[in-house]
Amino acid sequence: MTTLPNLLQRSYQEVPDKTSIILQHAGQPDTSLTYRDLIHGANRFTLTYAREGIKPGEVIILILQHGEDLIYAFWGAILHGAIPSIMPFLTEKLAPEKYRADLTSLISITKPTAIVTYPEFEAEVRSALVEGDSVRHVILTSQIEAKTEPDFNSLQGFNASPKDIAVLQHSSGTTGLQKGVALSHRAVLNQLEAYGKTIRLDPASDIIVSWLPLYHDMGFIACFLLPVLLRIPLVNMSPFDWVRAPYRLMQSVSQYKGTLTWLPNFAYNFCAHKIRERNLEGVNLSSWRAIINCSEPVHVESHDLFFEKFSAYGLAKSALQTCYAMAENVFAVTQSPLDGIPAVDEIDRETFMTQRLATPPIAGQPSMKMTSSGHPLPNTKVRVVDADLNDLPNRSVGEIAMQSDCMLTEYFNRPDATESAIKNLPAQGGVPAAEDGSGSVVKNGWYLTGDYGYIADGELYVSGRKKDLIIVGGKNVYPQDLESLASEVPGVHAGRTVAFGMYDEEEGTEEVVIIAEADSKDPAEQQAIADAIRKHVTKSSAIALRHVKVVDDKWIIKTSSGKTARSANKEKFIRELS
Amino acid sequence: MSNEIIASLAKFIAEKILKQPSKVISADEAIISSGLIDSFSLMDLALFVEDTFNVRIEDTELNAETFDNLTQLAALIASRK
Repeated sequence: MTTLPNLLQRSYQEVPDKTSIILQHAGQPDTSLTYRDLIHGANRFTLTYAREGIKPGEVIILILQHGEDLIYAFWGAILHGAIPSIMPFLTEKLAPEKYRADLTSLISITKPTAIVTYPEFEAEVRSALVEGDSVRHVILTSQIEAKTEPDFNSLQGFNASPKDIAVLQHSSGTTGLQKGVALSHRAVLNQLEAYGKTIRLDPASDIIVSWLPLYHDMGFIACFLLPVLLRIPLVNMSPFDWVRAPYRLMQSVSQYKGTLTWLPNFAYNFCAHKIRERNLEGVNLSSWRAIINCSEPVHVESHDLFFEKFSAYGLAKSALQTCYAMAENVFAVTQSPLDGIPAVDEIDRETFMTQRLATPPIAGQPSMKMTSSGHPLPNTKVRVVDADLNDLPNRSVGEIAMQSDCMLTEYFNRPDATESAIKNLPAQGGVPAAEDGSGSVVKNGWYLTGDYGYIADGELYVSGRKKDLIIVGGKNVYPQDLESLASEVPGVHAGRTVAFGMYDEEEGTEEVVIIAEADSKDPAEQQAIADAIRKHVTKSSAIALRHVKVVDDKWIIKTSSGKTARSANKEKFIRELS
Repeated sequence: MSNEIIASLAKFIAEKILKQPSKVISADEAIISSGLIDSFSLMDLALFVEDTFNVRIEDTELNAETFDNLTQLAALIASRK
């Protein structure tokens, strides 16, 4: 069994001149990095980590932007046997004091030994440090050791065992940053092997093109670890450049004959609505064999919009594919078969809503279209269970549970969170539970995903969420984070706020709604409070709010135990809108 | 002229981007660095400027250094007309 450093070393020895990553920055020429460049750059950081006395198994937080430093700092940590975790960089949208508070909280749970950042950002990072915390070194990109030939025998990463934790992944926001998903070498490599087979990866012909940020699982695994470790060239642009010029994705696919891309659902709408024909002159998209829709609910209408727009440029309909993934399984859980278009299941709306059953449409009654997320990966089992964890029959909606040989080891330093997410389920239909070889504490357990769905014809249809989570543009947002921020605004009743997401068809993603109770019944004052909530929440979470509604006392529905009932409040909001 | 450009931009941002038609956006209020317009909507603003004033703003210019309020954006538009 190998580890991540073993694979890097082999690539360095066997294909040193092969292109690994082509880095793109708007307005600058592309930078091409071979495996030799990659290892040399990484080794500079490895030597630096060793110089600073960082030990294998210790966590290093990387606060760096899209570019070579981030790539080298990451792989340097892997070669050193330290555990890297990529944290989003501060953007102008987010208030620095909130960023600092999130970083302080991340440090208190993850207990990193070191943080790597730019000299210009050092003061910001240091201001998040507190007396007695775990951080011993703030390593600046200006203090990195000079380039030398790597001495693989002396690199401590080669002492790692496959069951050791290789990387930590966090999702965003105050809540997300407190739950680092710890993934072993074995889990990562098992996922890459299973997923690589499923999508029939070919290092001789495939080229991945991506704008996804590396602090998110889809960008981090599918568009960074997978290409680098499996020798698939990666064309990587900055998310900041893409969002201002989405046509760059098409131009890059055309220029480099890209074959594979992963996108969240909103990006299909975004590209279809916002790219002008003049930016597509001469673009040829016929090389694109799979564009995989993942990380937020898939809407077939988004695929249709995208195809309508880009078919004139050679896009094949069969390129539009789907996947269901989560960091807790490293990445993919299911994937649509690439030799056709994903199945669309048309079901009766009423039966689905009231009986939680996916049954064929009835003539003359409203129906809805569900898009398949495909089959489980060869190493992953999926079942759908009821609230008592009993298996449900096909076409019954329940919670999706999964088990594989690539599951998380744990939520890092969070045994409480690990325990509540992983359950022992009764054996399924006489099939013995897979021996979990990932070195995980999850032995024989099933991970309860918090997502609802059903199985039909062996394919998984994801239909909603049990957990209160909003997914905006592929980014997970915890409503409790937004609610506590809204409660901080003067005039708002503490604890009397509710946040939820509402799907917007035009945008192809959820939009955030916040409702807050206020003392004042004066419309002008309520409007002023609404503006203040909007400003404060956006600055503190980097999430734009679509609707902010300030209401009188007792508008918000609470459960008998005093908790905010988000779905009941959402229904009430929708009723009042219409 | 400049006031007309500012009024037209303010109306577009309030109605189409923020979806709060009654919102008043003053000419020297920060719109990018304040987070009022998020990065996903910057494209909309650029396309509106192009369609309405026949002036192109490059994607590399969609940042607070190039313009951060309506007065600055209107000046940029006027300078390219």
